Amino acid sequence: MNRKTLAAAFPVTVPVLMGYLAIGMAFGLMLQSIGYGAHWALLMSLVIYAGSGQYLGVSLLAAGAPLPHVAFMTLMVNFRHLVYGLSMLEKFRGMGSRKFYMIFSLTDETYALLSSAQAPEGVDEHDFFFTVAMLNHSYWIAGSVAGALLGAALGFDTTGVDFAMTALFLVIAVGQWRAAGSHIPALLGGAATLASLLLAGAEDMLLPALAIIVIALTLLRPRLEGTHEREEETPCP
Amino acid sequence: MPLSPIQALASIAVMAVVTFLTRALPFLLFDRGDHPPKLVLYLGRVLPPAIIAMLIVYCLKGVTFTTLGGWLPPLIAGLAAVLLHLWKGNDLISIFGATVLYMVLVQGIFV
Repeated sequence: MNRKTLAAAFPVTVPVLMGYLAIGMAFGLMLQSIGYGAHWALLMSLVIYAGSGQYLGVSLLAAGAPLPHVAFMTLMVNFRHLVYGLSMLEKFRGMGSRKFYMIFSLTDETYALLSSAQAPEGVDEHDFFFTVAMLNHSYWIAGSVAGALLGAALGFDTTGVDFAMTALFLVIAVGQWRAAGSHIPALLGGAATLASLLLAGAEDMLLPALAIIVIALTLLRPRLEGTHEREEETPCP
Repeated sequence: MPLSPIQALASIAVMAVVTFLTRALPFLLFDRGDHPPKLVLYLGRVLPPAIIAMLIVYCLKGVTFTTLGGWLPPLIAGLAAVLLHLWKGNDLISIFGATVLYMVLVQGIFV
C-alpha cells in the first residue's frame, strides 16, 4: 500500500480504531481472566477476527466445549456474515489474491465502512478497500493483546468481565431494533429461546431455539417480506 | 483451563475455519453472477435480529431468582447498556460502562 492510499484510508477507519481498541481490550481481559495470556489473544485475533465470535470463544474455551459444539456455536453467532458477503460480491470482484483476505476480514465494522466509504480521486478503489481492511484488523489485534497484557499486569479481580459479551449483544440489538422495519424477528428470537431454555434446559437450548426461529420466520414470510430495513446500521463486530 | 494447549489450538482452529466459511459462503455460492434464491435473501435479512435476541437469552441463562444477587446485577447492568446506548449511541461507552457497573455489582455489592 502506498502513502496516498494510507492517507485516504486512515481517517475513514478512526471510529473503528476507537471501537476495536475498547472491545478488543475487553476480549483480552476476558481471555486473560480464564488463564489464556497475550499470545493466545494474539493468535485468536489474528486467525479468527470476529468480535462476538471471540467473546463466545472465551466461554467455549472456559467450558472446555467439545469441537462440534464449538463449530455450531461459532456458526450461530457468525450467521449474519452470510448477509454481508451477498452485498460485497460486486465490490470484491477482480481483486485477485487479495480477495481471500477481504472475505476473511469482513467484520461488521469493515462491512459498514466498505458499504459506505468511497475511495477519493486518484486512489485505486481496491487498494483502498484492502488498506481499510488491514488497518481494522491491526486495531483489533492491538486492542486484544493490550487487554490481555493489562489484565496480567494489573492483576485485579476480573469477576464479571464476561458481562461484556451480554453488553455487546444488547448494543447490537439496540442498533438492529432502531433499523428494523419489523420487530417480530427480534421478539420471536427472544421468546423462542426463552421457551427452549425452560423446556430443553440450559445445556441443549440453542438447537431447538434455532429450529423454531427458522421455521417460524419461514412461515411468517408473507407477512414480513415487505418490511424493509430503514437504514443499514451495524454497530459492533 | 480444562483444555490442553493442543485442544485449545484445535478449538481456535475450528472457530477460525467456521468463521471464515460464514464469510466465504456467499462468494462460493453466488459469485458466478447467479441471483441468490429469494428465501435465502429473506432469511438473511430477518435472521440476524432473531439470532442476537437468542444470544442475549443464552448469555443470561445462568440467572437465578433464589437470591437478589442472582438476577438484580444482570438486570441493572443490562438496562444500563441499553440506556447508555440509546443516550450516547457509542459502543465503547455502552459496553465498557455496563461491564464495569456489573463488575462493581457482583464484586462489591451482591457478593
